[in-house]
Amino acid sequence: MSQPFRLNKEGLINRNKKISFTFNGKKLFGYEGDTIASALIANGIHLVGRSFKYHRPRGFFGAGVEEPNAKLQVEFNGHSEPNVNATEMELVEGLSATSQNCWPSVNFDVGAINNFLKMFFPAGFYYKTFMWPKSFWYKIYEPFIRKAAGLGVASIEKDKERYEHKFEYCDLLVTGSGPSGLASAYAAAKNGAKVILAEDKPRFGGTLLTDDVSIDNLSGKDWAEKIISELKSMPNVTVKNRSQVFGYYDHNMLVMFERVSDHLEKKSKFTPRQRLWYIRAKETILSTGSIERPIVFGNNDTPGIFLSAAAKEYMKVYGVLVGKKPLIFTNNDSAYETALEFKKNNVEPIILDTREEHSSELIDEAKSKGIDIRFSHGVIVANGYKKVKSAKIGKLNKDKNSFEKIETVDCDCICVSGFWTPSVHLASQSGNKLKYEEKIDAFIPDKKKQHETSVGAANGSFTLEESLKHGFENGSNLSAKITETKKEISIPNVNEKKYGAHDKFWCMPLPKNENPKRFVDFQNDVSVSDIEIALREGYRSIEHVKRYTTLGMATDQGRTSNLNGLQLVSNIENKIVPEVGHTTFRPPFTPITIGTIVGREVGMEYMPTRKTPMHEWHEKNNAVFVDAGAWKRPRYYKQGSETLFEASKREAKNVRENVGICDVTTLGKIDIKGPDVAEFLNRVYTNAWMKLPVGKARYGLMLREDGIVMDDGTTTRISENHYHMTTTTAQAANVLSHLEYYLQIVWPELNVNVVSTTEQWAGAAIAGPKSREMLSKLYPDLDVSNEALPFMGYKESEFFGVPSRIFRISFSGELAYEINVKSDHGMFMWEKMMEVGKEFGNQPYGTEALSTLRIEMGHVAGPELDGRTIPSDVSLNGLVSKKKDFIGKNSLGREAFNVESRQKIVGLIPIDRKSSIPEGSHIVQDQNAKLPNPKLGHVSSSCWSVENNNPFSLAIMKDGKNMIGKKFFAVSPLKNKSIEVEVISSHYVDPEGKRVRS
Amino acid sequence: MLYIKCPYCGLRAQKEFSYGGDATVKRPNINEEVSSEDWDNFVYMRKSPRGKHIELWQHIAGCRQWIKVQRDTATHEIFQTAKVTEEIR
Ligand SMILES: [Zn+2]
Repeated sequence: MSQPFRLNKEGLINRNKKISFTFNGKKLFGYEGDTIASALIANGIHLVGRSFKYHRPRGFFGAGVEEPNAKLQVEFNGHSEPNVNATEMELVEGLSATSQNCWPSVNFDVGAINNFLKMFFPAGFYYKTFMWPKSFWYKIYEPFIRKAAGLGVASIEKDKERYEHKFEYCDLLVTGSGPSGLASAYAAAKNGAKVILAEDKPRFGGTLLTDDVSIDNLSGKDWAEKIISELKSMPNVTVKNRSQVFGYYDHNMLVMFERVSDHLEKKSKFTPRQRLWYIRAKETILSTGSIERPIVFGNNDTPGIFLSAAAKEYMKVYGVLVGKKPLIFTNNDSAYETALEFKKNNVEPIILDTREEHSSELIDEAKSKGIDIRFSHGVIVANGYKKVKSAKIGKLNKDKNSFEKIETVDCDCICVSGFWTPSVHLASQSGNKLKYEEKIDAFIPDKKKQHETSVGAANGSFTLEESLKHGFENGSNLSAKITETKKEISIPNVNEKKYGAHDKFWCMPLPKNENPKRFVDFQNDVSVSDIEIALREGYRSIEHVKRYTTLGMATDQGRTSNLNGLQLVSNIENKIVPEVGHTTFRPPFTPITIGTIVGREVGMEYMPTRKTPMHEWHEKNNAVFVDAGAWKRPRYYKQGSETLFEASKREAKNVRENVGICDVTTLGKIDIKGPDVAEFLNRVYTNAWMKLPVGKARYGLMLREDGIVMDDGTTTRISENHYHMTTTTAQAANVLSHLEYYLQIVWPELNVNVVSTTEQWAGAAIAGPKSREMLSKLYPDLDVSNEALPFMGYKESEFFGVPSRIFRISFSGELAYEINVKSDHGMFMWEKMMEVGKEFGNQPYGTEALSTLRIEMGHVAGPELDGRTIPSDVSLNGLVSKKKDFIGKNSLGREAFNVESRQKIVGLIPIDRKSSIPEGSHIVQDQNAKLPNPKLGHVSSSCWSVENNNPFSLAIMKDGKNMIGKKFFAVSPLKNKSIEVEVISSHYVDPEGKRVRS
Repeated sequence: MLYIKCPYCGLRAQKEFSYGGDATVKRPNINEEVSSEDWDNFVYMRKSPRGKHIELWQHIAGCRQWIKVQRDTATHEIFQTAKVTEEIR
């Protein structure tokens, strides 16, 4: 169980705690504090996956978010997650990781044949190859691409973990705990600001953990620890590690992804796995640091090739050597620190520096330690298939486009550094346009768009001294504006090594007759030649080049490839990089789980559930519920083994023959008060409202300004200046907003107030020929005769001791009443009705029976009032006043609304009187006509008419009533049905409306 | 997510509001003759400017007041909010 590449004492891992895990089935161990990557490298494992397009062997390249290759399928805590970044995921006991995108194994991958067929996979390959023949797409190409393009495998199990959302407000959000972030947070905290400091990694400190520096005579790591512990002790500061701010949205809203418990061995049932923070910050410090970029060379994707800073991080943080015979390939001084670190651990590196021989503090130190430095040198091509074995290196000529000398040197790893790219993703997302900084060959933030301030390396300052100064100053100034307190802070003494200038060199030339792949984007397998092809084929905009080659479009968002891609394009095009421009940065910075986005809004918590006060009774009596918006409504009450069809027929029939009760609590109710209500209603509804007496209800129709029917319902005048409006369940919220709009904006002179009372009243409809008899038993002291309580009459009376409202209104077309009591009395009312109704054969009925009753009566509802119909389309023109003005009136005169052939409501019955007509069916003349078959209308509502014992439907049809008596086909391709139908009147039952007035 | 200052309640998240379109459109007076052209302009014709736009929002999950918001349609910057009875210039 030895770890051949683990150093004896270096690193921040806990060597007292071993953690066992498996990789591709092999049992291994690491230490607490390891990532999967550091533990595998310690065990000498570099081959972890196969590349996306060519299935080339791939190993680790970075040590954090920049990693393009090492994406693993990881199983832990009972779930399996694809595309986990091995350089970020912390090792936990029992974790099992497997390679992705390889079959049958990472060592022998059948797909690697693509690598030998690479001439067939150039840029735009998918666009070019899979375009023809068209018929091949679904059966052959698409399944092939899916299989080849698959990275990990998403779990099909239900996610048992808990995820949370949190909303937070602060004065200053600091994103990143490197030197500039720590300084900013500290200065702002001292000024009394409410600060959130977020660090993506488990450990705070950023580069302070790996750079050889001292601050006030403390090592970088110790200074970071000191500042963090002080910040943690302050009540106005929230310090969060394992938390990545991944998105910068409008109005300084930032979103942060916190990995709460994946690293824990044990956690409580209520600990979430991950948490999404919505943070509204008054000011934001973007201290996201920078990411090293590579130099491009031949076979630069071979396992064993690392970014130079990553190699250093593996040594300093994890105590792991990425190799024992390293080549350091650089165009700048920072890689010398990696070389010195190797040397410190008794490993002899060779430095290949593309710059000509010169001197700097670091170069001199490396020289004095006896390190082999070769100036004007670079790696031409790496040798080795599954691991670097040697490298062909060359001495560059003065123009750096050919070689003076070429030789091969043995090595087991290559650490490459092509200088540093500021992480400007958050600044760019905030709307900042970014500018190209020649000095560092990279983009940095330009003028502020929101309240974002970039500091340190994220702003292009690569020295510790500058980063700290910038951090302290900005943290102090930004917070002082908010807290109006400014504490003096002395900027600490810094000891760091001075870097010389870097070489503007980013891609190695190739010797004649050699043509190895030189990758720019590892994750999407985009090489130098792919970009050349794209340009040769005429793509010019960088956004187009990106899409055609897929450069930078993988989950790593091109963190290590974008700038090299831009340099390549600018070189070929003979333009400078700022002319080429950059592609857009989009959130999230790194992939986040779907679970976190969803949070707690799953299952029952997906949306609120609205239940009526009688809900429990419905449940106990076998109601089968249906969703009506957020409401649960009984669809039918199941008796024995009844089907929906049987139950709804029984319930509807009972209403027609005896009496039934229906829970109508969900109808929208709006209480309206004020001296001008009549005038207001007169403008809102199409019919006349000025003369409605107290104690009377009226049916009303509401239009939108464009003349389309918005809603219908009844409004009752309770007293002189007090009205009660009902709306449909679906439109309740819209109608209230609509009324408020006119009262607040259009006619503020009207003295009217509206308020929703939907939740305040429980409602039950009593419908059927025996409803009056039943009502008289419910109100023994009240005269409920047709004379005392006529159709559209209203009374208030006590219902067995509780106050109630009685409306004589009907939706079913039967003699019917609606009783409202306060919600608290709803259940009492319902049970009393069930008890009293027994002798009249009363039964409860659900929405399905309710629909049947209204459809066969020809009463329109949602399916007919579908946002396309005007009153005359649905036979409601009798309700449209010709004398007065109202909302939408002027639109009714439009030409298109008045053509004779306009689609209007009709009834349909099947010729065979048996086949039910599917809702949504199209009405056509000839069922066998050539497509497109002219559509004459559509079936809006269907039912089984209990009155006539055959199917009946409402339809909206061209020429409307002129079609009565004619025969057509109702065709439903969805249900594969075609039914011959006859057009009849939409009023199938009681067309004169005698029953409601009886 | 926008951060909108309700003149009645203060700064609130966009979630609490619903959008109500161009606030500068004036409905023709009720009970007055209106030409077809004016009516069509009122019902259908809306400008879709890139830049400053005065629009209506309703604080539906708050005080239920309709309010005026002057917003940049490209950047989402909000310059000013006001009660519907107040002018935005
Ligand atoms: Zn408000």
